Amino acid sequence: MSLALVVATGAVRGGTSILFAALGETISERAGVVNLGIEGSMLCGALTAYAVAAETGNLWVGLAAGAIAGGLLSLVHAFFVLNRESNQLATGLVVLFLGLGITSLFGAAYVQADVTAMGSWDVPILSSIPWIGEVFFQQDPITYLSYLAVPACWWVLFRSRWGTLLRAAGERREVLTTYGHPARLIQYVAVVAGGMLGGIGGAQLSIGYTGAWFENMTQGRGFIAVAVVMFANRMPFRVQAGSYLFGAALALSPALQARGYSINQFALDAAPYIVTILVLVIFGRRKSQEIPGELQKVFEIAPAT
Amino acid sequence: MKTRRLAPALAAVVLAMSLLAACSSNDSTASASASSEPPGKDSEKVGFIFVGPKDDFGYNQAAYEGSQAVAKAFPDMEVLTAENVPEDDSATRVMESMIKKGAKVIFATSYGHLDPAIKVAEAHPDVVVVQQGNVINGEPIDNMGTFFGTVYEPVYLAGIAAGKATKSNKLGYVYAFPIPQTIDNIDAFQLGAASVNPQAQTYVVNTSNWCDPAKQAEAAKSLLDEGVDVITQHQDCTSTVIKATEAGGAMTVGYHADASSLAPKGWITGSEWDWKDLYTDIVKTAVAGEFVGSKYNANYRVGLKTGENPFIQSEYGPSVTDETKAQIEAAKEAISKEDGSPFKGPVIAQDGSVLVEDGVVPDYATIEGFTVFVKGVVGDIPKS
Repeated sequence: MSLALVVATGAVRGGTSILFAALGETISERAGVVNLGIEGSMLCGALTAYAVAAETGNLWVGLAAGAIAGGLLSLVHAFFVLNRESNQLATGLVVLFLGLGITSLFGAAYVQADVTAMGSWDVPILSSIPWIGEVFFQQDPITYLSYLAVPACWWVLFRSRWGTLLRAAGERREVLTTYGHPARLIQYVAVVAGGMLGGIGGAQLSIGYTGAWFENMTQGRGFIAVAVVMFANRMPFRVQAGSYLFGAALALSPALQARGYSINQFALDAAPYIVTILVLVIFGRRKSQEIPGELQKVFEIAPAT
Repeated sequence: MKTRRLAPALAAVVLAMSLLAACSSNDSTASASASSEPPGKDSEKVGFIFVGPKDDFGYNQAAYEGSQAVAKAFPDMEVLTAENVPEDDSATRVMESMIKKGAKVIFATSYGHLDPAIKVAEAHPDVVVVQQGNVINGEPIDNMGTFFGTVYEPVYLAGIAAGKATKSNKLGYVYAFPIPQTIDNIDAFQLGAASVNPQAQTYVVNTSNWCDPAKQAEAAKSLLDEGVDVITQHQDCTSTVIKATEAGGAMTVGYHADASSLAPKGWITGSEWDWKDLYTDIVKTAVAGEFVGSKYNANYRVGLKTGENPFIQSEYGPSVTDETKAQIEAAKEAISKEDGSPFKGPVIAQDGSVLVEDGVVPDYATIEGFTVFVKGVVGDIPKS
């Protein structure tokens, strides 16, 4: 395989977990709630999927359970942020550490459980297309789900009545309430749905392709997802492209090393984060006008009185 | 409105943290006023800290099993263990709290636990602190020591098995960080392979993390794509690489633990830890009050030559031929002799310079001081 092909397949394989989390974050932020705890949802999803798969022997049941676990954790975030009006950023971090703690505690029993990952399922016909087939259609089935999830997410957000209400909740909650819509309920659904997608992202890591569960195995991918959402400006297709960009940055280092190229590996390891900062610098300011109204409130710094 | 609430909350957190810090530092000064008893004498408790989970199919699991052997050997002794202790000041806090509970013997079992361990040893002259895997520069203080096995010996032997098994002459090595232990292992693996197969080369990929399964899977994939057909590793959690290797139809050389169950087809051999006897003896020495000046009150290293290496070769897999086994036996005998070593000269470095002169048998300190790969390793040591 050529280097470009190895990196491209690695980008999709490694970017999919980020993509699911970023899609979840997109839905949540479109409804006006930043969820920094999405990494916690990923961890809950990764562990629960792995544990349930180990207990039931069924990977798909595991995947469903992982999604539910991710959703449940984000429910905690939703409660404090929406009912108690706590600070979204601080609460998100607390929820992240809650997820990390819970999964460390209950995960210890499953470190040695033996679950065989789904592995790659070649899609008939499509997988034999040169290049595109190898990159996109020789992956694990959770990755194929993401190909459906991205357009579905876009359609729901921008073409359905539901999406209009959801985005309205993110722009001006009080207007929605005035017109008699349950704004808070809509936000709840968005945050929990976002957490469920995060959980699926975690499950892709544990039962989709590595076949392992270890404490903190997401290693910051949830935060990368939050950054992706910011620079992709909460647009599903851009989120997908951004996630693959990070996946490529992650896949580049091993691919180069395995070929014996001598490149500063510490610089390569830093690449995903440098990409984040660069993209935020380049796109960040220009897009500031398009941030949903309720989100702007979160980032506003109130003057000291 | 919302942001204003954050400030007092943050202030409270910071305040609470600084209070905690103040408390723990008070504790250490208080207990530092120690008696003249020899360190560790008559200790009723012993503490172990691990950097990872106790069942990681790897390094930490082996250390944990060692701690349980201590519990078995001393039925009256309470064994305190702490998993997932980071290699920073949190390690200091965990050790301090174990000492507060009455432990007078502490095992800090990760390479990066050395600095916190030294700090704790200095604050508590009455407590024996031993560290696993790292080296103290100069003479250790009276109540401190490091210990380890010559890990590269079984890795060298496994390298022979890999060199015989490979068909593409490309071996893969997934590692975390270029610490001395890892560099020695990679060099020994390549030297072992080259000793029976001069065409064999070792391709190295680092993950910059002791346990990031997704990165490990990616590393294994990259190596497999490159045509590597035997993969070994130096990671804390090992199952991901082994599963990926097995799924890719390649062969596995294990590290840390016997994971042959994960690779029924491709398992060749590996290296694993057995800390039972060494841990037990260290505790025995300390509890008897004989730690100061003992062999453990130093940078203690054991290997094939001393006959008590805690790092042993794993069982062979089904594909290993009798011829290979005989070759490994012969090599084992050769490196067990006084004038034998996997690094017996001449050893040529990657850049073609001479690393060990012809006929020279380097001592342990020299081997741990190697900062280059040997000839036949493909890839660079990351430099900042």
